[in-house]
Amino acid sequence: MSIQLTVISEIEKIAAQHQKKLAPLNRDTVLMNSGLDSLCFAVLVARLEDRLGVDPFSASEDVSFPVTLGDFVRVYENAAK
Amino acid sequence: MLQSDAPPLRRWLGGAVGPPRHFWGARTSVAFTDLVAGTSLGCRLGALEGRSVLLATRNQLTAALAMIELDGIARRLVICPPGVPQDHLRAIVATAEVDAIVTDCSSPDPSAPDPHTLGIPLHAECRTTIEPQHDLPMGSRQTEWVLLTSGTTGVPKLVSHTVASLTAPIKAAAGAPVWGTFYDIRRYGGLQIFLRAVVGGGSLILSSAGEPVADHLARLAAHGVTHLSGTPSHWWRVLMGPAARTIAPRYVRLSGEIADQSMLDNLRAVYPQAGLGHAYASTEAGVGFEVDDGLEGFPAHFVDDGNGDVDVKIVGASLWLRSARTAARYIGTDVPALTDSEGFVDTGDIVERRGERYYFVGRKDGIINVGGLKVHPEEVEAAINRHALVWGSLVKSRKSPITGAIVVADVVLKASPDGAGADSGPRLVDLEREIIDACRRDLAPYKVPAMIRFVPALPMSATGKLLRHA
Repeated sequence: MSIQLTVISEIEKIAAQHQKKLAPLNRDTVLMNSGLDSLCFAVLVARLEDRLGVDPFSASEDVSFPVTLGDFVRVYENAAK
Repeated sequence: MLQSDAPPLRRWLGGAVGPPRHFWGARTSVAFTDLVAGTSLGCRLGALEGRSVLLATRNQLTAALAMIELDGIARRLVICPPGVPQDHLRAIVATAEVDAIVTDCSSPDPSAPDPHTLGIPLHAECRTTIEPQHDLPMGSRQTEWVLLTSGTTGVPKLVSHTVASLTAPIKAAAGAPVWGTFYDIRRYGGLQIFLRAVVGGGSLILSSAGEPVADHLARLAAHGVTHLSGTPSHWWRVLMGPAARTIAPRYVRLSGEIADQSMLDNLRAVYPQAGLGHAYASTEAGVGFEVDDGLEGFPAHFVDDGNGDVDVKIVGASLWLRSARTAARYIGTDVPALTDSEGFVDTGDIVERRGERYYFVGRKDGIINVGGLKVHPEEVEAAINRHALVWGSLVKSRKSPITGAIVVADVVLKASPDGAGADSGPRLVDLEREIIDACRRDLAPYKVPAMIRFVPALPMSATGKLLRHA
C-alpha cells in the first residue's frame, strides 16, 4: 500500500472510532479542517509509526509543518526515503 | 514580585499610562476603566463581603470580572472550572464552607450549578455590562484563593493560595502586553496568564470553549496579541492550521505539559522574532521555573544552586519544589499534608539527569498527561478488564509529539481467542476493536487506549503488584 493510501485508511479508521465527521479527503484538504482533533492526530502519528516505522514529528531534524493532507503525506514520504 | 501584603487586584486596573486595557471574550469585551469605578455584580458586591464564594460562571469573561471584584472582599474565593459534576460540587461546597455563589445565568439552566440544590444561601449574578457605582467597598481583606486539582479521579482536592503566592512568579513586563491564552483561566496555568495581564499592565484575550482555532487566531490577530501561552497540544493545532502566521507574538510560552525539542524547534521556526519559553508549574507547587534557552528539560544548576527564589531538590528521581509560590495547604479535614517538614512540595514528576541538564521522563504515580488532561491508568485498566476475555491489563503512556502522551495498553487474555493459532490475527483485530469500543462507552475520549498490544504476561513484582515502570 502506498504511503498516501496508508495515511488515508488510518485517518478513516480513527475518524470512525472517534465518531468524527470527515471532510472529503484530497491532497489539498487542510488538516485542521479535516474533522480530526489533536487527540486523533496524536493517535494517527502513533499508528503510522507502527505501520511505517517512522515518526517524522519526533525526529530531531527540522520538519516543515504540514498544513494540507498532501504536505502531511510528503513528510512521511521524505522520512521513509 | 508582590509581597504577602499584596493589594487587591482592583488596584491594578488603572493608573498605568498607555493604551486602553481590555478583557476580550469571544463575543464581548470589558474595558478596565469601566471596572475601576463600576461593578459586574449589580448591587451584590457588598453582600459578598467576608463570605466564602463559589465562582461558577459559564463564561471566562464573567469569571475574570468576578475574580477582580471579589479579591479583597470575599473571605474565600473557590474557583470552579467548567465541567465539575454536581456531586463533586456538593462536596466542594461543604468542604470550603461556601455560603455564596456567583454565576452568570439568571434563567434556570440545567447544566449550571443550582444554588438551591447546593444549599447556598446567597446567589449573585455576574454580567458583562458594568454598572457605575460610586461607593464601591474597598477590599482590604487577604482573600484565600482556592483552586481545584485536576489530577484526581474522585472529588478534586482544594488548594489554598493567596494573590501573593499566585503572583509571586510574575516579573514586571515591558510595555503593555496583550496576553492571549488557549487555557481556561480558572485553572492554575490559565490563571497565571490572567494575573500577568492584570498585574503587568496589560490586556487579555480569553479563549472560548468550542471555538474553532482559526476563529480564535483571528481574534488574537485582531487585538494584536503580543504574549501567547498554551500547551504543546494547543500549539500543535495552531501550527497545523494555515493561519499560524497571521499572529506575530513577541513572546511564546508553553506550559501544562512537558515541552519537547521538536515542538520548541517548530515554534522557533514559525515565530523567529519571538522570545520562546517553557514553564514548569503545578497547582500545588506553583510555577517552579521558566526555561528560556529554547532547549527541552532544564539546566542542572537549578537543582545544584537553586533557581532564584525557588529551591529545587530531587528525591528518588522525583522533583520537589519550595518557594513563596507554593500553595499553603489543602482545605478540609482528613487531607494529606501539601509539603514535607521543610516546606517542599513533591511534584510527582520523575526527572533524569543527562550531562548538565535534567529531563522529564514520566510520573511517579503512573498518571498519563494527554494534552494537559490527566489519566489514571487504573481507571482505564478497570474498563479494559471488564471485557469477558481479558485476564489483566497494563495501561501505559506512549510519547506523542502532539499531545505529549497518549494512552496505550498491554492486555493478557484468559485464553487464546477462538481459532487460536496461525490465523488468530484477524480475531485479535476484532477483539482490539471490541475492547476499545467498550472503553469508549465508559471513558472520556482522551482516556481510551489508542492501541492495544496482546502480550503473554504482565510484569509483576514479588508481591503480585503490577510493575508500572518495568
